[in-house]
Order: sequence, then C-alpha cells, then structure tokens
Amino acid sequence: MTAAPVREGAATAAGPARGRRQERAQRRARRERRARRGWRGRRARWAGHASAWLWLVPALILFAVFKFVPMARAISMSFKEVRPYLGDRWVGLDNYRAILGDDAFRAAAGHTVVLAVGETVGSIVVGLLLALLLEGTARHLWFVRTAVFLPTVTAMAVVAALWRVIYYPAPDGALNSVLGWVGLGPGQYLDSPHTSLWSVMAVGIWRGAPYDMMIFIAGLAGVDRTLYEAAAADGAGPLRRLWHVAFPAMRPVFTIVVTLAAIRGLRVFTEIFLLTNGGPNGSTEVVMTLVYKLGLERNELGIASAGSMLLLVATIVLTLLVQLLRRRGDQK
Amino acid sequence: MRQLDTALGLGAIRGPIGRIVKIVLYVLVVFVFAGPLLALLVSAFGRVTDPTRLSLIPHDLTLDNFRAAFDQGVLRYLANSLIVVGGGLLLQIAVSVSAAYALARKRFPGVRIVMLLILSTMMLPEEILAIPLSLVLADVPVIHVNLVGSLAGMIVPVGAWAFAILVMTEFMRDVPIELEEAARIDGAGDVRIFWSVILPVCRPALGVLGIFGFTMIWDQYILPLLVAQDSHQFTLALALRSLRADEQVGTGVLIASALLALLPSVVVFLALQRQFMRGLTSGAIKG
Repeated sequence: MTAAPVREGAATAAGPARGRRQERAQRRARRERRARRGWRGRRARWAGHASAWLWLVPALILFAVFKFVPMARAISMSFKEVRPYLGDRWVGLDNYRAILGDDAFRAAAGHTVVLAVGETVGSIVVGLLLALLLEGTARHLWFVRTAVFLPTVTAMAVVAALWRVIYYPAPDGALNSVLGWVGLGPGQYLDSPHTSLWSVMAVGIWRGAPYDMMIFIAGLAGVDRTLYEAAAADGAGPLRRLWHVAFPAMRPVFTIVVTLAAIRGLRVFTEIFLLTNGGPNGSTEVVMTLVYKLGLERNELGIASAGSMLLLVATIVLTLLVQLLRRRGDQK
Repeated sequence: MRQLDTALGLGAIRGPIGRIVKIVLYVLVVFVFAGPLLALLVSAFGRVTDPTRLSLIPHDLTLDNFRAAFDQGVLRYLANSLIVVGGGLLLQIAVSVSAAYALARKRFPGVRIVMLLILSTMMLPEEILAIPLSLVLADVPVIHVNLVGSLAGMIVPVGAWAFAILVMTEFMRDVPIELEEAARIDGAGDVRIFWSVILPVCRPALGVLGIFGFTMIWDQYILPLLVAQDSHQFTLALALRSLRADEQVGTGVLIASALLALLPSVVVFLALQRQFMRGLTSGAIKG
C-alpha cells in the first residue's frame, strides 16, 4: 500500500504507455477467448497456467519462508509464552498487557515518535531547501547534487562509525573543533542523555535529507515551466511562485515523501543500535532496540513479539491515515 | 530576460554578489554532506596519532592503517561482504526477473492475489520480523536446515524483495507483445522467449535492479547480525562495531575499515548513477 501513491504518481508520467497497454490487453483477451473454445484450447490453457506458476515458484518459496512464515510466527508468539522444549503456552493478551505496562517500553515509544517526527520534518525541510538550491540542469549543479547524495548510498554501519568519531565528546573532537571556529562551545552529543536523541536525529536527517532532495527535484522537474513565466509576468516574486505554483503541483510528491520518511522513522533500529545502543541511561532507547534486547538477549520472545506487532499496527495505521488525508485533500 | 527554468529562478541570478552567495552556499552544502566522507578518505591514509581527529587536508601519507587493518582480518570481512552481495544480488535478480515474467506476461487465475501478497510485504519492515526470522533461519521450515552461522543465511533471504519484482513487472508489461508473438511463430518456447527476447529488452531495468539491490544488500545489518555466530562470518558492517568495541584497535584501523566498507557502494553508485536516478524517479521508491 505504500506503493499506491507512488504508482499513481508514475501513471501520469506514463500516460501514452497506458493506452498502448490497454490495446494490448484487449488483443490478448480476444486471443484467449478464441483459445478457450474446445477441448484442445482448455488443455493448452491449463498448461499455460502451470507454466506461469513454475516461473513464480522461486519467489513464492522465498517469500513464504522469509516473510510470511516469520510474520505468522510473530503474530502467534505475541499471544503465547514461548518456552523452548516445554512447548508454548497460550496467554491471550498478557504479553500486550506486559509490554504496554512497561515503563521502558512507553519511554521507548515516546523516543521513537520524537525521532520519527523530528527526522521526517527535518529531512523534508532540509531536503526541500537543498532541492530548491540545487534544482537545474547546469553541470556544476549536477556535481554538487551527486556529492550531497553520497550519504544516502553509504551503509548505515559506515555512517555510524564515522559519526561516532565526529561526535567524539572531547574539546578537540572533529565536530567540536569545527564548532570552535565559529565560537560555539564543546558539546557531549551522544554521551549526554540531554543531547543524545537530538544527535541521533541529526545523523538521520544528514542521511535522509539528500534522499528527499532527489524526490523533490524530480517533482519540481514535473512542474509546467510556462506557469512560472505566467506568474512572473503577473508580478509574482520567487516566494509566491513557490507557494502558489510549485507546491500545489508537488502535492503527491509530498505525500510520498512523508509516508516513506515516517515509516523509515518508526522502524529505526540500526542507527540507534550502532550509535548509542539505547544509552546513555536509556535516553535513546527506541521500540526496535528494546524489542531486540527483550527477544534476543533476555529471551522474552512472546513479549518482544507483542512489541513488534504494536509497531507494525502503528505503521499500517499511519500509512492508511496519510492515504485518507490525501484522498480528502484531493476532493476539495 | 533568461527563461525561468527553476522554481526560484536561481540560475538567472547574475552579478558578483549573487554569484558569491551561491558559491558559498554550494561549498557549505558540499562540506556538510560530503565533507565527513571525504575526511574519512583522507584520514584513512593519514597517520592518526590523535584518536579523535578527522582531517580534510592530507599530510604524512601512509598505508599503515590498512596494514594494521589487514592484521585484524579485515580482508576476510571484505571478502565475506563481497560474497554476500554477489550471491544475494544474483539470487535476487534471478528470482525477481522470473517472477516478473509470469506476473507481467501471463494471465492465470490468482495473478492479482500473488501480486497483492508480494506488494503487501513492502509494508512489512524487516526490523519487525527480526526475531521470528532468527527462529526461521535456525530451522528452515520443511527442509529443516540451519542457516545460522553460514554466509548462505545472509544470502538466501535477500532473494525475496518486493521492490525488485515490482520494478521488473512494470517494465516487462511495456515490452510489445508483437516481439513475443513473432518469436512464438518461429517456434520458440517460454524459456527461449524469456532469455532471448524479454531479457535483452529489459536491460535498463536490470541496471536499476543492480544498483538498488547492491545498495540494499550492502546496507544490510540486521540479517548478518542474526546470522553471524563468530567473526568468521562477519561482514564489514558487523566488523566495524566489534573493531570499535576493541580497545586494542586504534581509530586508524576503524577509519581504514570504514573506508573499505564505503568505497564499493560509492563506486557502484557513481558508475550506475543514471539508472539509480531513473529508479528513484520512475515511480517505485521503497528501500
């Protein structure tokens, strides 16, 4: 369902292709109707179906084993007390009660929401500013865009290792030195419970903003140039052009970016695990790191699964909500 | 007056002050986003006496950091990473291309349900499946194989990636049916048509799959974390954490290893940049 807005957006771009596709589908349908008559046709049809499934077998097996079976296990474990060798015991909603009553989980959920909202808004604002600055076809712009985009293709493990060094809390640490040039005092960053969550958020924005930038640039490229000229001829300045011409045209793009960034924010695990592992003092513990610790370190598989399920529900609700808001917005 | 070809019309700003402001902004932006990565490159070849400093200006060039890193077995981790990304990418592409052929070019009952099932997994963050996945990996259903502790455990699961199937299916739908019909009249079977008609036409989409798949597998962290039992199966990504935790290992080794983990993805990105941007903007965007 995340794909839905994306695909609708693509459909406008693929307008002429769609007509061709329809025509082809009609032709295919006609051919099939012809084939369906008579015994021979029927046998050929079954052979065709069988061969179609054969092409799908590898994908179906992998998806079943590594997506659907784990999903089913997670759902069933969330209602059970998981006891290795003794057999699982059905406990109903106890796991959910346990996790929702856990102060650590509630704190982690709070951190997750703060982080998701902060990273989403931060990435979008920074990404939009970057897009407006770097939009265009000139060669030097292409170069700057490529350089700016690099954090996004860098593996999270590298990003975390690098930022641990940059954030080194001594006065001569890399970031503290840079800030020293402009007269700002040394900070503790990841090592202080007061700044740790914000420091993680900054890394998330650093890596997420260029991604949003590229999508925004693609969106801006789709805005009709003649509208800019018309607005300029009517005396609209750059800001009014942006607000009244570019932004309305980019509505679908905003929806995509918000949805993707919010989902990315809720499921956050690797950056926390590598940057702070939830510390100091649990100040950066998020739902997934807590679930990981519960499940794989303390072996509370049932409770951990319940935590995962709650996060999944939140993700789905959020996705549907964005869809709904967007539908309503379109009707206006 | 110049044509307005961007929202803010920054390209039309002339005059010395406007130019200088623009250049300062460009430099600032590059410094913030690419600077840290450049510092990683430069520092990896520098003599890191101070464990906290990154430098942007090369001095005292040396390969000591790499030598020390190789002593820590980093080459083995690099090899593991390359095996995982190579194997995973091959499997992912083979599986996706084959599934897309059926979904795009065949009509059979259930095609919509299969597509919906596959697409629904895009809403399923892998983080959420981590714990049950670790149980499945330890005892794969039906065949009862234990994949924990082997590189295969990091390779096989990445074969199931809905994004790749979606991109490939969309692309294959647009291949003209006439091509296929002509081949069929010449007596070609499904396999032949797939291999010599459909696949060659889909080469641009294969480029998109290649770069996105590479980036996705190279970025994998949870899966290797669940699968690796000891340092023999570590990928570079996993190794970076244990190198950091090891007091005996200096920052120089860490930086050199991080650079080794950075370079392949940057090289692949720069080489296949056009395909990357096409994949990002053609519609289907999902990591």
